[in-house]
Amino acid sequence: MLIPCPYCGPRDVSEFTYQGDANRTRPDPLSTDREVWDGYVYDRLNTAGDHREYWQHSGGCRSHLLVVRSTLTHAIVSAGFARDAATKPKKTRRKAGARP
Amino acid sequence: MAEYSALALLKNALTGNRDWKPAWCKPEPKPEYDVVVVGGGGHGLATAYYLAREHGITNIAVVEKGWLGSGNVGRNTTIVRSNYMLPANVRFYEHSMKLWENLSHELNYNVMFSQRGILNLAHTPSQADDFIRRGNAMLHDGADAVWLTPAEIAKKVRGLDVSAKARFPIVGGLFQPRAGTARHDAVAWGYARGADRLGVDILENCEVTGFLRDGDRVTGVATVRGEIRAKKVAIAVAGSTGRVMRLAGIDRLPIESHVLQAFVSESLKPFIDTVVTFGAGHLYVSQSDKGGLVFGGDIDGYNSYAQRGNLPVVEEVMSEMASLFPGLAPVRLLRSWGGIMDMSMDGSPIITTGPLPGMFLNSGWCYGGFKATPASGWCFAWTIAKDAPHPLNAAFTLDRFHRGAVIDEKGQGATPRLH
Repeated sequence: MLIPCPYCGPRDVSEFTYQGDANRTRPDPLSTDREVWDGYVYDRLNTAGDHREYWQHSGGCRSHLLVVRSTLTHAIVSAGFARDAATKPKKTRRKAGARP
Repeated sequence: MAEYSALALLKNALTGNRDWKPAWCKPEPKPEYDVVVVGGGGHGLATAYYLAREHGITNIAVVEKGWLGSGNVGRNTTIVRSNYMLPANVRFYEHSMKLWENLSHELNYNVMFSQRGILNLAHTPSQADDFIRRGNAMLHDGADAVWLTPAEIAKKVRGLDVSAKARFPIVGGLFQPRAGTARHDAVAWGYARGADRLGVDILENCEVTGFLRDGDRVTGVATVRGEIRAKKVAIAVAGSTGRVMRLAGIDRLPIESHVLQAFVSESLKPFIDTVVTFGAGHLYVSQSDKGGLVFGGDIDGYNSYAQRGNLPVVEEVMSEMASLFPGLAPVRLLRSWGGIMDMSMDGSPIITTGPLPGMFLNSGWCYGGFKATPASGWCFAWTIAKDAPHPLNAAFTLDRFHRGAVIDEKGQGATPRLH
């Protein structure tokens, strides 16, 4: 399996570290909604087909990548920097310890 | 039905082997059953067998996408053991071990269960402490365990590098004498024949394409061979759990499917008469009756339904083998393959009622499902028949993740690729 790192080009999978399912969104750190956190930590889509997932090119440029890969054939559909796909934190977010 | 007595063997040998009867029938699906078991692997067949044998429910169909034994029951490395530490696990797997010990007799079918023992090698003093603690936990819960010194290990396993100059010196090993191996295909065939004789319909080439519903309630399955109604629908599909449950409208589960590779070497003269596991990496090896070394290591570590893996794990497993048994370096590999593992979030299984009314779920076996086959079927059958879990599987619920009651043998947390 070759992963096309957007910085280094196609490299063998042994250079990369799998960082798991990218279909989950980390809840707001201030959220105390137990169900939302339980779902984030434990529940997975477990897609059979094109799967969004994070990899790190730990044996190369160390970039964090967002890869779309078929779990049925291992064919890579796309690979980009994870930062490009990241959602920006909301501006209304409070600082830890701040009063509401 | 097929009988394998000495007389039958002789008679069929003399008549050109033309009169052997199939071990199980190939019936047409009936429109309705009391229980439909989805998945004709070891666990599904064992479930049907114990439902009929222990609970008198014989109006059962087992629906299987391919042919019997085409999935993980024919793809594993055949190891049977109960060397766990956490009480829920060791009690469940010890129950399985007791069923294994009587399985050939129970099924009147030789599953070639060979109690050759399993030896977990420890390579550091702290690992030895951990293994001894696990051995004590096993003894406490009724399993068997013995601590072996390097000298005793050298006598037991020839060819093993027990010298102090080994790359990972061996400081001792936890041995479970009652563990061993079994002929995995025979387990599927034996349960299939046993279930068939008790009146269970085994429907091969019968892929489930959807679920029949009455509101929330599951009332049957739609298959490529037509709709089959059922009072109870039991799911035992291992690596395909996500795909099958999605058909019932359940998108998210505490399970990820990963690929595990297994390997067989060319035939060698007998030299390992036990199962050996390597503690400084992850490797387990035994020798089959045909002489091939049957071995495997870690899962590949990324989500997969492909039933084949990649080369980095092959290289890692081979290097571990050469590190443990330097003399095996020139041995050639005969074949390798992959199977799809239903990795749960805590490394322990799920045998439960629900998650929908009329449905029962058996899943999350990670890569230890083969040894669990008898107890999994036994406990799942109990759960289906009585609509409530047996004490042995009461802890293996689906909601344990949300109640903080995880059974995390390795302490890895919700990272399925590490279990």
